Amino acid sequence: MNFVIPAFAPAIPEMALLALISFILVADTFWSKRYKFATYYATQISLVVVGYLILSSFTTTQVITFDGSFVRDSFADILKLFTIAISMGIFLFSREYLVQHKFFSGEYFVLGLFGILGMFVMISAHNMITMYLGLEIMSLAMIAMIALRRDSAHAVEAALKYFVLGALATGMLLYGFSMIYGATGSITFPEMAEIIASGQADSVVLSFGVVFVVIGLAFKLGAVPFHMWVPDVYHGAPTAVTLYIGTAPKIAGFAMLYRLLAEGMPGLIEDWQSLIIMISILSMVIGSIVAIAQDNLKRLLAYSGIGHVGFLLLGVIAATPEGYSAAMFYVIIYAITGVAGFGMIIALSRTGKEFDLISDFKGLNVRNPWLAIMMLIVMFSMAGIPPFVGFWAKIVVIEEVVKAGFTWLAVLAVIMAVISAFYYLKVVKAMYFDKPEDDSPLEPVNPSLTWAVSFTAILLVVLGLLPSSLIDLCYHSLKAL
Amino acid sequence: MLTSFPILSTLIWLPILGGLLVLFAGRNNDSAAKWLSLITVGLTFILSIPLWIGFDNSTASMQFVEHIAWIPMFNINYHLGVDGLSMPLVLLTTFTQVLVVASAWDVIKDRVEQYMGAFLIMGGIMVGVFVALDSILFYVFWEALLIPMFIVIGKWGGPRRVYATLKFFLYTFLGSVFMLVSFLYMYSQSGSFSILDFQAMPLGMTAQILIFLAFLAAFAVKIPMFPVHTWLPDAHVEAPTAGSVVLAAIMLKMGGYGFVRFSLPITPDASMTLDWLIIVLSLIAIVYIGMVALAQNDMKKLVAYSSISHMGFVTLGMFLVYDIVQSTGSMQGAQLGMEGAMVQMISHGFISGAMFLAIGVLYDRMHTREISAYSGVVNKMPWFVLFAVIFSMANVGLPGTSGFVGEFMVILSAFKANLWYGTFAALTLVIGAAYTLWMVKRVFFGPVTNENVEQLQDLNKREFAIMATLAVAIIALGVFPSPLIEVMHTSVGQLLVQATTSKL
Repeated sequence: MNFVIPAFAPAIPEMALLALISFILVADTFWSKRYKFATYYATQISLVVVGYLILSSFTTTQVITFDGSFVRDSFADILKLFTIAISMGIFLFSREYLVQHKFFSGEYFVLGLFGILGMFVMISAHNMITMYLGLEIMSLAMIAMIALRRDSAHAVEAALKYFVLGALATGMLLYGFSMIYGATGSITFPEMAEIIASGQADSVVLSFGVVFVVIGLAFKLGAVPFHMWVPDVYHGAPTAVTLYIGTAPKIAGFAMLYRLLAEGMPGLIEDWQSLIIMISILSMVIGSIVAIAQDNLKRLLAYSGIGHVGFLLLGVIAATPEGYSAAMFYVIIYAITGVAGFGMIIALSRTGKEFDLISDFKGLNVRNPWLAIMMLIVMFSMAGIPPFVGFWAKIVVIEEVVKAGFTWLAVLAVIMAVISAFYYLKVVKAMYFDKPEDDSPLEPVNPSLTWAVSFTAILLVVLGLLPSSLIDLCYHSLKAL
Repeated sequence: MLTSFPILSTLIWLPILGGLLVLFAGRNNDSAAKWLSLITVGLTFILSIPLWIGFDNSTASMQFVEHIAWIPMFNINYHLGVDGLSMPLVLLTTFTQVLVVASAWDVIKDRVEQYMGAFLIMGGIMVGVFVALDSILFYVFWEALLIPMFIVIGKWGGPRRVYATLKFFLYTFLGSVFMLVSFLYMYSQSGSFSILDFQAMPLGMTAQILIFLAFLAAFAVKIPMFPVHTWLPDAHVEAPTAGSVVLAAIMLKMGGYGFVRFSLPITPDASMTLDWLIIVLSLIAIVYIGMVALAQNDMKKLVAYSSISHMGFVTLGMFLVYDIVQSTGSMQGAQLGMEGAMVQMISHGFISGAMFLAIGVLYDRMHTREISAYSGVVNKMPWFVLFAVIFSMANVGLPGTSGFVGEFMVILSAFKANLWYGTFAALTLVIGAAYTLWMVKRVFFGPVTNENVEQLQDLNKREFAIMATLAVAIIALGVFPSPLIEVMHTSVGQLLVQATTSKL
């Protein structure tokens, strides 16, 4: 057997990211004593560099390398670029939070970057081993981030919970992988798909494999009935980490879903479609109804996130390129909206005050009318009310479901959207109709956060009025394949 | 012709941008906010007049059309246009906006810029609802309207405002999402979101019935029809005066407009099969809700219930079509009923707006809407009572006022359809007179028994101007309704053809 040197070019962004992380990791120990924010700036610059590398080699054709384990296509490039943009926003908000709550350290950023590397690997995975590798890089970084605040019992509990449950889910996923490998004899997605389509593989083993894989996926996405960790982890983790785990990994999670189900096992659609339908319905129902009872905004957004995953899965149910594109659009919009929502909590929090209760938002319209409007936009966008972009996210997935013939599911989804509107309205009600406990003006400690929040919220309006280019981008990225 | 100038877009975006400007420029400067708002609504109203002047009565096709691709991937377009059904409603909207700003002038003291800004934005969105010819664009306006209204009722409303506004929002939102699903379904069948394409596409009976019911959920809540009307008295009572005016004068019309733009032309066979449902619900609204109005102690609630009762005429007139065509075999009677329904919508816009403004005048002085708190107002406020009685008479449907024209046309056509329909519909002449005149007697006449009433001041110049404008409009429309009917005539004719042509 000859050893062939693989083509490295498609993976240059990942390799560059790894090199930069390693450099920052070492340099941080020297910098942090003299220049407090050096690691932060290095992190942002690294992301810009990696983003530039992706953009400059942006490709519309599919390139496969490393012996079929790594793929570079426009789907991957677009998701990576959005991951970078969203992560930069996350780090911007996080810095201020870490400073205010007195545990600023370079580790947060280094771990964050490792997480992003893991997401990149997941997005570009072309076989099950690479997928597993990326998933673990991401998860381990996230567990460490959740536990970053060693002295907080809540954070440590959340980290432990995530670790134990995550390990269980990963076990399930691996078990599923091994069954599929056993049945098909292949770990590469297109080969798996071919063998499944040819009918040579044992269908019983395959069915079991699919079930375990879907369980693993549902856990990672935080979908019902594998959602138990989500509220506790979102709530227990420091808000900066919640912001991180609540947004960017969802994009990678969607990529994983797409690679495994759409590329790896399209032939088993009859097995996984009904599972996804059930998971989607349960997620929408639990996400909408349980959230009503929450009075902590982080918990509320956790449940709302569960509901959003249910909506995202609607696009996957259709199992057409358009359906996946719709889900892709949904996940990108969800991540942006999530940054705005958690970012608002961070912007208003200050030393000794978390600002994560709905009651903290009482009378915000009196205390800071501008931020109240911004939060109103975020809430109505999450609820899917036009003219904000959350409306388009919902409409494209529901449209694909209707097109696929599941009109009843669309009806159920819109009813759940109405129920979930109630708790978003609760936040708006607190801001506009309730009397503040203390009506002194309220400004973010760092004025740049006002700008950052406003930018994200206004982005939701602009995308809401002119959604066409982003929709086109998502739809073309999958059509090109 | 003025077709090259994007007049409809101007009518939508001028108030919205003006509203945003007021929101930001008017902070801590109330008089700037007020004047800026007045200039915006005044300009919008003036700019809407060419719509009337340049309107071509002889065609039923869309006029002043604007068409720009919006989301080509889904064939969603920024497509605007008016015909004889929507043009009067646009004018009603821009006209009411002027009254709304004027009525709030001295009354609102808390966050004036937010109040005015919300109403201006609402004004633009409401015009958008009436002129959108793309169903998704329509839905965007339709839903977006809920946001400012939610804030207005919840922030400046009465004691139970939070309950009322949440109820209002969730009720209307729940109703309209079903409409969205049917749009998506029709798109998946036809590949277009254009309302005109929807009207032309063939649809099977089952699909039509389901779509009809989905539309019914959206429009019946908005109108509102019995039994989904319960949000309206709550919202009306708790809303500030201008909020009630906008709700009654314009937002309720959106439901009626929805029936003529969507239900009848898109699902004609289902409309024909289920017309009994609408007729029965309309008659219940006219008779039963009229009785309910009789029992109210709160003036605003009374007018709110009377609105529901009057809107029953609108839906009745629209869905009598099938019975009339069946029993007389000609379109003439159907045309009468449909035109009556449309006239009733416009006329009710003026009358209900006027009634709520009149109650607002009293409320600003006494801070109560209880009928029992008043007596003998005429002794202290003769001018006010003069106008209030004109409005009340119009509410009763006295000949010579606009209220008479629409009701009379609908009742007449109801008799053509079925004797019983006509009899029940005509009962309103008794019930409406009873609840309105009884209120007039208790509030305006009789001896002054209350020392607060003793202190009342008559109308100031601003209030006088508002009241006089409305009184003129109501009487003019009552005496001389033919210009309005002529504008609608061709479009109504085409609507009837669409509504009676099977799509199976």
